[in-house]
Amino acid sequence: MDKQIKLVEKLAKKFKDKVAVLEEEPGTLYVNKDDVLDVMGTIKDKYHFNMLLDSTAVDYEEKMVAVYHLMSLPECDQLKVKVNLEREDPRLSSVVSLWAAANLMERETYDLLGIIYEGHPDLKRVLCSDDFEGHPLRKDYKVEARR
Amino acid sequence: MAKAQDKILKTQEITLNMGPQHPSTHGVYRCILTLDGEYVTDLENVMGYLHRGMEKLAEDRTYTQFIPYTDRLDYLAAILNNVGYVQAVEKLLDIELPERVEYIRVIVSELQRIASHMVYIGSYALDLNGFTGWMYTFRDRERILDLFEMITGSRLTLNYPRIGGVSHDLTDEFMKGLQELVDDLPACFEEYDGLITGNEIFQSRTKGVGKLDAETAINYGITGPNLRASGYCFDLRKNQPYGIYDRFDFDIPTGENGDSYDRFIVRMEEMRQSLRIIKQAMKDIPEGEIMAKVPKVIKPKAGEAYHQIEGAKGWLGYYLVSDGTTKPYRNHIHSPSFVNLGVYPEIARGGNIQDAVVILASIDIVLGEVDR
Repeated sequence: MDKQIKLVEKLAKKFKDKVAVLEEEPGTLYVNKDDVLDVMGTIKDKYHFNMLLDSTAVDYEEKMVAVYHLMSLPECDQLKVKVNLEREDPRLSSVVSLWAAANLMERETYDLLGIIYEGHPDLKRVLCSDDFEGHPLRKDYKVEARR
Repeated sequence: MAKAQDKILKTQEITLNMGPQHPSTHGVYRCILTLDGEYVTDLENVMGYLHRGMEKLAEDRTYTQFIPYTDRLDYLAAILNNVGYVQAVEKLLDIELPERVEYIRVIVSELQRIASHMVYIGSYALDLNGFTGWMYTFRDRERILDLFEMITGSRLTLNYPRIGGVSHDLTDEFMKGLQELVDDLPACFEEYDGLITGNEIFQSRTKGVGKLDAETAINYGITGPNLRASGYCFDLRKNQPYGIYDRFDFDIPTGENGDSYDRFIVRMEEMRQSLRIIKQAMKDIPEGEIMAKVPKVIKPKAGEAYHQIEGAKGWLGYYLVSDGTTKPYRNHIHSPSFVNLGVYPEIARGGNIQDAVVILASIDIVLGEVDR
């Protein structure tokens, strides 16, 4: 964990106003919505984070947060990157051009939480059926219990 | 007399649906093949037929109540899913486990890995029309399931680990059965090698089929045995040890060509390495408690944890967000089968239909985990 915090501090210095680090979450790098591709591209190429472990999102009711877990296989480091999004219109650029793994993960996040990844080659539902309405993992989604 | 032009056969690409009900898709998975004669020019994954909304269900269950749901992810490796989940919750709670619990978890996890790989090897052979292979691996897997039945009462959905421990201690009967199994398994592996690995038809149908190089594999987020088959040596148990895996001596098998044959060989060898780990754990296992001191009501403080383990099919990750209540605010499951399927179109393109079946079998997917 200390290794992660140090890395985040280093990255915060490098990217300056494109990123932010919260006091209560020292091991997490918050990236501005518009700088996602730029920052993530540099992290991948210059810091060897060659694997996208996980891409998902959390609905905090007042906002949406896209969460990325990155991994550098050569150095065995992990990095958590978050992006704050407006809940009404959650949009950010897709990272499929950096990691092909994002293709399915972003489709899943779109399907379950309704986040629009701009520039994704084929953004459509993957787990729910095509005619499904709504995004089930949003907190305001009403589950109809069938007993 | 017909003109020469009219005699030329007109050809066109056709679209063919494989699945959702198809024996070689190992469940309800469908792919749309675009074919030029017998050759696959394009392939599209269609999944979600088994989607049960696990992540949504988790939000309405307590932390403990979700453990049996994890059984139904990769139902061929239930204990590995359980262990990954409870370890994620333990990370959130920050509790220390009794030594005996750690050893028990290693023994059952590695047994489960062997059982899962046996299904892989058996069904791989079956997909290539070698029915005999299936019979032998399932004969031996049955013994592992019998052992699980002794300590958990069930054979597939085991629900064995608890937050802070395990539900039952290992019995003398179990240890005796385990010792017999451990003694017999090397001969069983020899048998599979003789039946399947050394089979000329098997070799000619898998060698050079579905080649995946390490760089592409990493780009697609491929993990576990599939990554190692592409020649990249990385195992979470070794490189980023969780639990007590740093105490054991074992090798990480890797492939050279990243083809379907290597993906098979890597798993054959992994079973042998798992056996080595089990033997060491059996020797060193101490007496003691099987539950840590855990509060009656599991209520982690607000925060989050990401934990991943080396599952049977790749890295299984849990991302838990707690808001300080008894239920997880968000529980995201990173399933290796789902991610591994992403590379299937890439490596199936250009081969013929039979090869597509072989490649799918070699990737090793379980639909419970893909669709969640």
